[in-house]
Amino acid sequence: MNMTSAALRPYVEGFKTLETAPAGNAPAWLAGLRRDAFARFADRGFPGERHEEWKYTSTRPLEKRAFSLATPAHDSVSARDIAPILVHEMPVHTLVFVNGNPVAALSTASSAIRGLRIFSLNQALEQNAVVLQPYLIPESVWADDAFTALNTAFLKDGVVVDSDAKVQLDRPLQLIFVSTHQTSSLACHPRILVRLANDSQATLIETYLGLEGAANFTNSYTQIVLGENARLEHLRVQRESLGDFHVSRVHVSQQGGSSYLSHTLNLGGLWVRTDLQARLEAPLAEAVFNGLYAVNGRQHVDNHTRVDHLAPATRSNELYRGIIGGHARAVFNGKVVVAKHAVKTDAAQTSNNLLLSRTAEIDTKPELEIYADDVKCSHGATIGQLDEQALFYLRSRGIDLQTARALLVEAFSLKLLERIPASRLRAYAARQIKTALPRQSAVAEWA
Amino acid sequence: MLSIKNLHAKVEGRDILKGLDLEVQAGEVHAIMGPNGSGKSTLVHILAGRDGYEVTAGSVSYLGKDLLSMVPEERAHAGVFLAFQYPVEIPGVNNVYLLKAAYNAIRKHRGEEQLDAMDFLAMVKAKMQFMEIDPSFLNRAVNEGFSGGEKKRNEILQMLVLEPKLALLDETDSGLDIDALKVVAKGINRLRSPERAMVMVTHYQRLLDYIEPDLVHVLAGGRILKSGDKNLALELERRGYDWVLAEAAA
Repeated sequence: MNMTSAALRPYVEGFKTLETAPAGNAPAWLAGLRRDAFARFADRGFPGERHEEWKYTSTRPLEKRAFSLATPAHDSVSARDIAPILVHEMPVHTLVFVNGNPVAALSTASSAIRGLRIFSLNQALEQNAVVLQPYLIPESVWADDAFTALNTAFLKDGVVVDSDAKVQLDRPLQLIFVSTHQTSSLACHPRILVRLANDSQATLIETYLGLEGAANFTNSYTQIVLGENARLEHLRVQRESLGDFHVSRVHVSQQGGSSYLSHTLNLGGLWVRTDLQARLEAPLAEAVFNGLYAVNGRQHVDNHTRVDHLAPATRSNELYRGIIGGHARAVFNGKVVVAKHAVKTDAAQTSNNLLLSRTAEIDTKPELEIYADDVKCSHGATIGQLDEQALFYLRSRGIDLQTARALLVEAFSLKLLERIPASRLRAYAARQIKTALPRQSAVAEWA
Repeated sequence: MLSIKNLHAKVEGRDILKGLDLEVQAGEVHAIMGPNGSGKSTLVHILAGRDGYEVTAGSVSYLGKDLLSMVPEERAHAGVFLAFQYPVEIPGVNNVYLLKAAYNAIRKHRGEEQLDAMDFLAMVKAKMQFMEIDPSFLNRAVNEGFSGGEKKRNEILQMLVLEPKLALLDETDSGLDIDALKVVAKGINRLRSPERAMVMVTHYQRLLDYIEPDLVHVLAGGRILKSGDKNLALELERRGYDWVLAEAAA
């Protein structure tokens, strides 16, 4: 074990509790799977700053806190509490989790959609309804880092979506993970698996909401498997509270002609790390990564993305935009790997950042590894401030400084919204951004 | 309405205005002409409240108030409007949004009720038609991708909507062909009234063929060297500025 025993202790204790708890109807193999995962986590420890992938994000703040395991007894959340994150723009299926535990009373998802099944992970395990074992063991193609191992070790609940071929999910599925105020902070490790068979389509809205005073640790892991010509549009909205720690990792495997469209909005949290990775495994697979992060105060947000072009004629297109104010710090690292035989790859990446204060910081880094000839790859990164000329122009028309700043910050985020093709989904995303942004732009710190 | 006394100002440590005096009464249209770099644009920018200018001496009184102590939006609320020489492109903010926000901010300051959305739109559309601007421009980002002429017409449209008391026009005629110039001039003339004053900065006499000024000033070396009626502009067109400079030096 190479981690300090103090940082490790809460996790060891938590794991003991978990192991001694009654297994219920969970399959027998689960205990071994967890044990292996915990051993990997304990062996590896939290990544240090010398780890290339964690150069600008120290896990020390996380290590300094002790989180205990959430139990269903901690749940008391009303529909009103989660209203800010609910989708009004269109009918959706909804699954609500509070501190990692499913809350049936707030959920509306039907498991009986023709050709497509939605389960809680527990249901899926107990009913052995879906062959899950291969997905819960980390595949060797994905780097198994400490947080994925931790997620598997403490795997308790989550969501499984599984489709037959040629199915179109009738309405988007919204997952809501709520973090609530507790006397002692909790950790939860939601696991999400979405498998769309050939020619199927769905929209997933994965949302995280931290309620006033919450100071918990959410460590989610989402696996997405897309068959040939399958299409998933995936909107992720992270609005954890300003005391919450949030780690989330999304791994996407894509077959030929499939299309994965991701919009990641990191709008809250105290300490946030998100990893998004897609493997384009067969020709004509396409991944679009859109991201917006907005931080202020003492917030820290780190977005790591990676696309692996593993087959000819695959395409990826990425735009991440950041709004950083106060003493906040943001990290963007976008990696694009083009394998040797992945000719005719088309990859574009852009990172634009807006610094709202002198003390805000952004570390942005494109990483291109290209082993094939005959490819089209581009990348660009910008860091700027609010346009003084535009501010003066607006003020000269009678718009006060605060409003003018807010308007320009909102305008900056618009490029991202324009990349959400479905109008109602876009409207929902716009509303989420609009609610979160004023806090970001209100601070005028160019002193 | 506007009284500028002994105004001295620096830009990046360089003296630009060196004791400028100007009196503008309600109902008057003033043209300020002068060679390049004489301080014409600096003057209107200082009046509108742009950052980056250091006023080292002098005063500006507007409707009895100290204009220089007001932030740009307060000046706008009090009825000052600057038509920019280079209108700023603002991607992501659409024209109608800006017009409405500006209009409501100014009305709110005057203690007037906000106009109903439909009435507002109808008013703006009528003025767009007058300025020969296609209605599709309402929902386009402010000045983004507009041609030079479209930008200038858009400035005048904003002015018609906001109905300022003191309009500052900075080289509004620059880069316009004759047809666009006529439309812009039509917009400006429409706003002439006994309660309103205008200060036009221009390089050429051409604009003054369409908007007849009450007073013409020559600004050079940071001061008003000569003032006269519209005939002064014609004379400047014929003879250039050298004779005014020589006269002042004498």
